[in-house]
Amino acid sequence: MRQLLNMSLLFSTLRLSTPLVLAAIGGLYSERSGVINIALEGLMLAGAFTAASITFYASSPWIGLGAAIVAGVAVAVIIALACIRFKADQVVTGTGINIMFLGLPAVLSGALFLSSGSTPQIPRDQLLPTIYQFLERIRPSVFPDWIPSWRILTDVSLITLIALLVVLFTAYVLNRTPFGLRLRAVGENPEAADAAGVSVNKIRYLGVILSGALAGIGGAYLSIGQSSLFTRNMTAGRGFIALAALIFGKWRPVQTMLACLLFGFADALTIQMQGVAKLPSGEDIPVQFIQMIPYVVTIIVLAGFIGQSRAPKAIGIPYEKER
Amino acid sequence: MKLLREILFPLIAVVAAFIVGGIVVLLIGDSPIQTYKLLIGSAFSWPDGIGYTLFLATPLIFTGLAVAVAFRCGLLNIGAEGQLYVAAFAAAWVGIKFGGVAVAAPGAPPINTPYANLPMLILVPLCCIAAVGAGAIWGGIPGLLKAKFGSHEVINTIMLNFIAVALVSYFTQYHYKIPGDAIMQSAEISPKAHIARLGKFIPGLPERIPLNLAFILAILACIFVYVLLWKTKWGYEIRATGQNPSAAEYGGISIRKQIILAMAISGGLAGMVGINEVLGYRYRYYDGFSANYGFVGIAVALLGRNHPVGVFIAAMLFAILLRGGIFVDAFTMHVSKDIVDMLQGIVIVFVAAEAMFRGPLKKFGLMKKAKV
Repeated sequence: MRQLLNMSLLFSTLRLSTPLVLAAIGGLYSERSGVINIALEGLMLAGAFTAASITFYASSPWIGLGAAIVAGVAVAVIIALACIRFKADQVVTGTGINIMFLGLPAVLSGALFLSSGSTPQIPRDQLLPTIYQFLERIRPSVFPDWIPSWRILTDVSLITLIALLVVLFTAYVLNRTPFGLRLRAVGENPEAADAAGVSVNKIRYLGVILSGALAGIGGAYLSIGQSSLFTRNMTAGRGFIALAALIFGKWRPVQTMLACLLFGFADALTIQMQGVAKLPSGEDIPVQFIQMIPYVVTIIVLAGFIGQSRAPKAIGIPYEKER
Repeated sequence: MKLLREILFPLIAVVAAFIVGGIVVLLIGDSPIQTYKLLIGSAFSWPDGIGYTLFLATPLIFTGLAVAVAFRCGLLNIGAEGQLYVAAFAAAWVGIKFGGVAVAAPGAPPINTPYANLPMLILVPLCCIAAVGAGAIWGGIPGLLKAKFGSHEVINTIMLNFIAVALVSYFTQYHYKIPGDAIMQSAEISPKAHIARLGKFIPGLPERIPLNLAFILAILACIFVYVLLWKTKWGYEIRATGQNPSAAEYGGISIRKQIILAMAISGGLAGMVGINEVLGYRYRYYDGFSANYGFVGIAVALLGRNHPVGVFIAAMLFAILLRGGIFVDAFTMHVSKDIVDMLQGIVIVFVAAEAMFRGPLKKFGLMKKAKV
C-alpha cells in the first residue's frame, strides 16, 4: 500500500478531480435553484468537443476554452427553455441531452475532420497550461530557483486552480450574497420567493446557464487540458460522478469539492493499481471494485446511513405562478 | 379525439427532430433527403432489412416496456441499462454452469466445471428465469431504497448502472473468460441453451440473421404489460399510485409495495434483453454489448406514450433508424451513423417539451383552448 501513496498519486487525484469539481459546482447552481441537472454529462461533452475543435482551428486554448463556455451555455439554454419555459420533465430532458451529445460531436467531427468521432491531435504548446507554464509564458523572470521544489503548486493545471477558486467563490456567493439567498430560496420555496418579489424563473435560468458554463469548462479541461484531443464519449460517466459528488456533498460547495477529491482519488488509485498492487495472496486486486466506490457510497449516503443528504425541496418541480 | 392527441404530439416531435437533424445534415454538406432515404429506406428490404430491423427492435421493445411500467407508477427507471447487463450475465451464467459443457482453453485443464447437465426443455426456461430474476432484483433494489428510505430512484438507478457494469465486467474478466481470450467475453453457453432463430421457421429468412424467438417473446411481453396494467388489480394499483399517490394511499393501496413491485417488474422486463442477446444472438456474455438500449428505452416509452402498442411502434421506428445508420455511414459523404444517437436525443427533448407545440397548434385551431 505504501508505494502507492506517493506524489504521483496526489497529482493524479488533483488532475482527475478537476473536471468533476467544475461539473459538480455547475450542477450545484442548477440544482439549488430547483432544476435537476442530469445533463452534466452532455454539457461536458459539448464543452470538450467545442474546445478541442476550436483550439485546433484557432491555435489558442483560450479561444477554445471560451468557445467551450459558449457551447455549454448554449446547450444549457436549450435545457432551461425545455424545463422552465415548457415545463418539460427535467430528468427526461437531461437524458435526451446526454444521448444527443453522444451523437452530435461524433457527427460533427466526422464531417469536419473526416474521422470517426475524434478531433485531430493538438500540439502540446497549444493546450491549457499548468500554473508553471502559464507564469513562465507571461513573465519568465518571476521564477526564482526554489520553485521546482514546490512542484505541487506549479505543476497542476491552471484550470485546477480556477476550479478551486470557483468553489470558494461559490461558497461565498451562495451564503453571503443576495443572489445566493435568492438562488436557495427559489430552490427551497419558490412560492415564498415569488411573494418576496424574486423572479423564480429568471433565477432558475441563471442557475442552469451557470451550470452549462462550468460544465463546459470541465469538458474543455478534459479535451485540451488533460489530453490533447476529443474522443467519442470521452467523459465516460464523469458527469454522473459529478452528480454523485454533488449529492454526497449535500449540495454544498466545499463538501462537494471534497467528495470530488474522494472520487478522483478512487479513480487515481484504480489507475495506479492496475497490474501493480497485489493482494496478500498474490492475486490482482480487481479494479472494478475500486471503480464502484463512488457509486456505492452515493447510494449509501442517499439512503441516509451517513448523515442525511437532503435535496433542495422544490427540485424537479416546474414553477407555476398562481394566477 | 383523445387518440388523435395521443398520436399527434409524438408525431410532431419526431417530425421536428427530423427537421433539426436535416438542418445539421445540410450544414455539414450532405443532402438531407438522400440521408433520410438511406436512414429510413434501408429497413424494408427482404430479408436483410426487415430481419435486422426486427432484431434491433427486440431489445428496445423490452426496455421501452420496462420504462413504461415504471412511468405508470410515477417512477423514472434510468437503470434499465444496468438491469439488462446483470440479466444478460445471469442468463449466460446459467447457460454455462447448467449446460453440462466444461470450458477449456486449448491445452489447459478445464475451468468452470458445470454443476449439472440439464436438458434443453429445462435449461432454456431456467436461463430466461435467471435473466428476468436478475433484472427484477437489480430493478427492485432502487424500488426498495425508495420505499424504505425515500431516496430518489433516478440517482440510485444511475448509480446501479455503473455498479452493474463494473460487477459484471469483474466476473467476466476474472471468472468466466476463457484464459488467454483477448476479448472481454465469457465462455460460450451450452448449445442446449440456445433459442431458435426465426429463420428456422420462416422460409426465405436465412439463419445468419440473428432475429430469434425473443422477438416473439417481446410481442408477448407487450400483451402481458397491457393485461397487467389495465386488466388486473395489481396494474390498477400501480397506475393509481402513479397518478395520485396520496389518493391511492387513502384508498388503501400500499404505495411502498407498489413502488417495489413496479420497479421489479420494470427490471424484469429490461432483463429480457439478456434472452435476446445471450440465448438468441451471441451465445455468450459479451462485455459492453448494449448500445444504450436502456437509455433509448426512455425515448421509446415516452414516444409510445407509455402504452404497449405505442412502445412497439416507437421501438420499430428507432430500430429502423439504427439499421439505416449503417448505410448512412457507408453511402454518404460526411454524415456518420452517430446521427442516430443525435436524432434519438432530440426526439426525447421534443417529446418532453411537448408544451412548445401547444401554442402554435392552438393558433391553427387544431386544439381546443381548454386543453392546456
